[in-house]
Amino acid sequence: MESLKSRVLELRKDFPLIAGSNLAYLDNAATTQKPQCVLDAWNKYYESMNANPMRGVYELSEVATQAYEDARAAVAAFIGAASAEEIVFTRNATESLNLVAYTYGMQFLKPGDEFVVSVAEHHSNFLPWKMVAEKTGATLKCLKCEMTGEITDEALAEVITEKTKLVAVTQVSNVFGRINNIRHIADMVHAVGGVIVVDGSQSVPHMKVNVQELGADFLAFSGHKLYGPMGIGALYGRYELLEKTQPFLRGGEMIEIVHWDRVKFAEVPHKFEAGTVNAGGAVGLHAAIDYVSSIGMDFIHARELELTARTLEGMKNISGVNIIGTDEACDHNGIVTFTVDGVHPHDVASIMSADGVAIRAGHHCAQPLMDHLGVSSTSRVSLSFYNTEEEVDRFLTCLSSIRRRMGFGE
Amino acid sequence: MESKTFYSEIINDHNLHPLHKHDIEKPDIVLEGVNPSCGDDIVLQLKVKDGVITDGSYVGEGCAISQASADIMLDMIIGRTTDEAIALHDKFMNMIKGNATEEDIEELEEAGVFSEISHMPARVKCAVLGWKTVKEAIES
Repeated sequence: MESLKSRVLELRKDFPLIAGSNLAYLDNAATTQKPQCVLDAWNKYYESMNANPMRGVYELSEVATQAYEDARAAVAAFIGAASAEEIVFTRNATESLNLVAYTYGMQFLKPGDEFVVSVAEHHSNFLPWKMVAEKTGATLKCLKCEMTGEITDEALAEVITEKTKLVAVTQVSNVFGRINNIRHIADMVHAVGGVIVVDGSQSVPHMKVNVQELGADFLAFSGHKLYGPMGIGALYGRYELLEKTQPFLRGGEMIEIVHWDRVKFAEVPHKFEAGTVNAGGAVGLHAAIDYVSSIGMDFIHARELELTARTLEGMKNISGVNIIGTDEACDHNGIVTFTVDGVHPHDVASIMSADGVAIRAGHHCAQPLMDHLGVSSTSRVSLSFYNTEEEVDRFLTCLSSIRRRMGFGE
Repeated sequence: MESKTFYSEIINDHNLHPLHKHDIEKPDIVLEGVNPSCGDDIVLQLKVKDGVITDGSYVGEGCAISQASADIMLDMIIGRTTDEAIALHDKFMNMIKGNATEEDIEELEEAGVFSEISHMPARVKCAVLGWKTVKEAIES
């Protein structure tokens, strides 16, 4: 245990914002801080490699293209894709999920078809599918979860039928932090001939993810939650699915031939990347992937579990605090959402802020889940490997003072 | 290390023990005010006779800042004319923007505790919800 911690104290020095601040940053499910190597990679791209990738035939453009395509290969290797062509760069997970909904969803779902979205999804894996249901006439079914966040076999059997063409589900809920058994759900969907779309936003940065082992047909994640820059994300799609799917946005760099009466689109994945790409962002994401890989996803996962256990242990002993989900660390994956009796979550977060602790408050872009749980909003603490025991303790000390500071008796 | 927060005794007291959080009989004006960022949702009820606010209340839920501010607001406007209530609204908004004189803040009595909210931009909408709603209600 001590060895994990001592390594973390060294790693914290890699993050300029953390090294230069007294803030306990515990909102890592919203976005993570960036290590110097990511900032340097971004800078280096613009200082010495910048030209419009895939456009020019001059050497500098080739350098830019190579850097961008190297980043694609790094993403593919990181999540276990069969080839780099299966990675489409996007702005973020939201755009990745919209891409699948607007293209694959709109193209292949028909009236009479059924498809399934879990109640615990972030709005970005719910609203695009709601739109697909409205526009295609296919029936959208709600996959319910238990109050612990668990998706049971009974719940799956209730909604997955012979008519199911697609299931969209998160690997780790941004509210519960619980890990869903994607392999199991994928097998059920595949057995009826459907595909599975996985939101990997909260899993890819915190644990080993292998899309082939999961059986994922599509998987989305954001770079900025993985210590990379904002504005770069990725969509994994199985090659044969991407190939038969129409483009999302149309324009430059996604075509082979354009005449007034005849158009041929570029090959996968370029047909999904219209317009000048975010090469600097991709290069930054590549650096972030190299960085977390050098630390090791196993170390990151173990360290975050250790901090989660300390957080939950402390929270259990504070009266008036209610944890959403179980109180076992293995069910939380770095994310603990909670309420404080009689105190609005925004007041909780404001008091935390005064004490130098950054946590999230609100509906976490998961309002259908809030309705399902019977709460209007909640507070959330979310951890990264770079957080310390002292930061967790500062959060706990503040949490134990909140009801008193809001005028409730001891 | 416990820092001093915005949650003074005045705010906590109005939040936990509001004087005006209930329905009133046959209100002349009923208007809902919503602050989507915190999910604050209040329904303001007013009785107005000959241009004077004779009674007022609110129901709903939200954060301590929104609830306390609405309660304090009602404390101040009940018994005043609608014109006076609008004038207080304007002073309150000026204070939130950091443009009020000390005299203005003094005139706002307990509502003056919200003068510091200008340092918490994320919470400004909570503090002004009651005042914004009452102005809209009077002008409707």
